[in-house]
Amino acid sequence: MLKNLIELFLTFAKVGVMTFGGGYAMLPILQREVVENKGWATEEELADYFAIGQCTPGVIAVNTATFIGRKKDGVAGGVVATLGVVFPSIVIISLLAGVITQFSELTWVKNAFAGIRVCVCVLIFNAVWKLGKKSVVDKPTAGIFLLVAAGAILTGLSPVVFVLFAGVCGVVLRALQKKGGAAE
Amino acid sequence: MIYLRLFWEFFKTGLFAVGGGMATLPFLYDISDRTLWFTHAQLADMVAVSESTPGPIGVNMATYVGFLTGGRAGGAAGGVLGAVVATVGLITPSIIVILIVSAFLQRFRDSKYVNGAFYGLRPASTAMILAAGVLVVKAAFLPAGTLSSLDWRLPVLAAALLALTNAVKRTKKLHPIVFILGSAAVGIALRLAE
Repeated sequence: MLKNLIELFLTFAKVGVMTFGGGYAMLPILQREVVENKGWATEEELADYFAIGQCTPGVIAVNTATFIGRKKDGVAGGVVATLGVVFPSIVIISLLAGVITQFSELTWVKNAFAGIRVCVCVLIFNAVWKLGKKSVVDKPTAGIFLLVAAGAILTGLSPVVFVLFAGVCGVVLRALQKKGGAAE
Repeated sequence: MIYLRLFWEFFKTGLFAVGGGMATLPFLYDISDRTLWFTHAQLADMVAVSESTPGPIGVNMATYVGFLTGGRAGGAAGGVLGAVVATVGLITPSIIVILIVSAFLQRFRDSKYVNGAFYGLRPASTAMILAAGVLVVKAAFLPAGTLSSLDWRLPVLAAALLALTNAVKRTKKLHPIVFILGSAAVGIALRLAE
């Protein structure tokens, strides 16, 4: 059992190291490591886990790791796989964050980050555009998008408020759409 | 106790951020405003570092915030402890939710309440990332806070990056780290912060 868990931890630590960027970048690496090399899940199971991981709270990569770990070795497996996938981040970022803080007063570092911040704006804009195409699919979702965008930009309300509001809106709207569809 | 607060703040983030790593961004701005643990400008830098280093971006950002916050309280050792606490806080709700969901996988997928909730949550999540993006724009383009402080070279760089990441066939599939490093080089060459 312990040997299994160690193998699970190391495999997911490897997946964590090889993932650059977001959860989406992780899918091809999971396909190779978990489906082809280890045979811990099928291609279809992985697709399911990934889809659910996207729509449950939290980081997609973490959610998917918990799913696969649990399937392989139960609750302990779920926890161990998740710790494995975040372990490289903790090591690498801890090393880097200290260095960056130390150098952040240097002029050339300030210049570099002035350029980098512009790039981050563009990357976030691109992410919003990509997500928007999948999430704003009709008039009601466009309405929710505009309402929450205005609320989040103009008010200091906690994001939790918007999440709860949108979740309730979604359930009500879907129920009304079903009713309307049945009446026709 | 700073570490308990770190855990709690990231636990909330992990519980309510739906739609992947970038969805944690609005929560990080909220934390920044309420706790003053880090500035908006630092947050923009964290996004860049998180995109350019191995690991899921949401986890990297949590680790980064945890390290900075813990580090201020207790040096390098405090930083590492903060990084661990913030990251564990972020992933704890995920582990709980997924363990429950995986036990009821089929029923979860077919539930009309779950489907309805996500129908509403997805556009809201996108909108909140957009709103966080507005704050990043402010930190990037108006470091002094006033419109007259706008350096015209920054919008030109942004337009070039938009074209390279979306329109130019040969570059748009490149990894974000390429554009981040390129922008750093441009920033140094043109002395963008001076």
